[in-house]
Amino acid sequence: METLKIICPNGHLGFAPLKVPSFLHGVEKKPDYIAADSGSDDVGPVPLGSDTSTSPKSWQRHDLEKMLLSARELGVPMIIGSAGDTGTNSRVDMYVEMIKEIAVEHKLGKFKIGYFYSEVEKEFIRNKINTGDAIRGLDNRSDLTLEELDGTARIVAMAGVHPYMKLLEQGADVIIGGRSSDSAIFAAAALHEGYPEEHAYYLGKVLECASFCAEPYGGKETVLGEISQNDVQVTAMHPDQRCTIASVAGHAMYERSNPYFELVAGGTLDMTHCHYEQVSEKTTRITGSVFKPAEEFRVKLEGAAKKGERFIGIAGVRDPYTIEHIDKVMDWAKDQVKDRFGTEGYEVHYSVFGRNGIMGDLEPITETKSHELCIVVQGIAETEEMAEELTMTATRQLFYARLPEVKGTAGSVSFVLDEVLKASPAYEWSLNHTMSAKDGLELFPTHMTEGGL
Amino acid sequence: MIQKKLVDLAKTIRSKNAGTDKITFDIIFRNSKEYEQVKSSQVISKQSMAKLYRIPEDRISDFVEYDPAFAIKFTIYREKPSGSAGDADIFGAQQYAPLMDIIVPIDE
Repeated sequence: METLKIICPNGHLGFAPLKVPSFLHGVEKKPDYIAADSGSDDVGPVPLGSDTSTSPKSWQRHDLEKMLLSARELGVPMIIGSAGDTGTNSRVDMYVEMIKEIAVEHKLGKFKIGYFYSEVEKEFIRNKINTGDAIRGLDNRSDLTLEELDGTARIVAMAGVHPYMKLLEQGADVIIGGRSSDSAIFAAAALHEGYPEEHAYYLGKVLECASFCAEPYGGKETVLGEISQNDVQVTAMHPDQRCTIASVAGHAMYERSNPYFELVAGGTLDMTHCHYEQVSEKTTRITGSVFKPAEEFRVKLEGAAKKGERFIGIAGVRDPYTIEHIDKVMDWAKDQVKDRFGTEGYEVHYSVFGRNGIMGDLEPITETKSHELCIVVQGIAETEEMAEELTMTATRQLFYARLPEVKGTAGSVSFVLDEVLKASPAYEWSLNHTMSAKDGLELFPTHMTEGGL
Repeated sequence: MIQKKLVDLAKTIRSKNAGTDKITFDIIFRNSKEYEQVKSSQVISKQSMAKLYRIPEDRISDFVEYDPAFAIKFTIYREKPSGSAGDADIFGAQQYAPLMDIIVPIDE
């Protein structure tokens, strides 16, 4: 093949549905692969920790169905990475099951489904630590301790191209991947077809978020990437979107602390000397990327630790005197919590919207000018019963705060609901580390099954 | 010399998670003219951003002037990982607003 074409209809499959018209327009271009990533650590630690999806099943199914039907009609492979937001084993199984159901429903002919897992057993990591093979922290974190490992609920490793390439070599028509680098799913296809690493990884980098590399801004629209031995070209499929030098170069820095380097399992894509060229209205051409293989094979790990059960309370304030003294109101409620529960074994958080609810300590505006405030209260404790009473105390006692000069003596806050709401348990990202691995397949066992009739 | 607000000079001003422990900020300009005007004014630097967000400079992990995209980009460490209880901006997507009002002096 002179060139290879891949379309990507969604930057996070399931989080919001793909837009059908631009996807079908992409399908008309007769791509050689249809691929999308379905995971992100943006959704916070709760889905990984509790082994759930934050995306509704109907949206996941919607996109899988559109992609599967088009891929089977064209007779080209379909690849999904980081299944179900987190890429845990249960999410991979769920997607494989959905693919099988869709195939039966539409009476598709037989096809091969390859899949692989990304979860890592804690015992495996414990052995590494015990034998002096440190689990190194990223982003200023220290090496992982056994205590942090013990507190962690679930861990996934971030796959590179390797399990995808193995499954393609085995003839998979559909691949459902565990947790993986976003760019790897596209790069694996290009490498499998014999294209050079530097362009293959750039292709992955530019396609991973679908239309986020196009302008004007508009998510969930399809883009088409085309790789040759010498370059990558990317084209927007939506009639009103274009891939421009600015939008493509701008995307290289999206969600990255540094626009020049993209780290994946097995190496680094260096975009320092990338050259961008507008070749037609909707298409930009990229050359000049470099791929540097890693000297030591290390794989990124993500893990989430449970902090407790969680309830949410909501309160509003309209009295200007109370707004001015809102810290005293919260101090009163915190003191009541202390009287009831002591000083340890729970967490209470107040977010004061209208003051610094969104930015917290990063908020440069220190003077509150709002005429009303909304306080969101989060209470976290080991049991559901305690978390509920804790949050109820921390919320309802705002109502009884004793401010000396207050005119309104019938209640200091307003309530939307006179109750507290059960929320997801609280989790925290406990692993953002790297671990040594023998190769790109060691942590990612692959499997093959069949779909269709 | 005239003064303009950054919001009137930039095409895009945004913030977003960069992994679980950092938030990255992008200020992107339409063309090299406005990009160079802001760059040469030196109002956006590691020091000024630390001051604006009231954090020590070592909480800024990266500061890059990225010519291919006419962009200035910096990244800060979060106090706690994204989505920890009490974090009201799990995606880090609403942390850019204070950048909009930055006053940029421009030589005419």
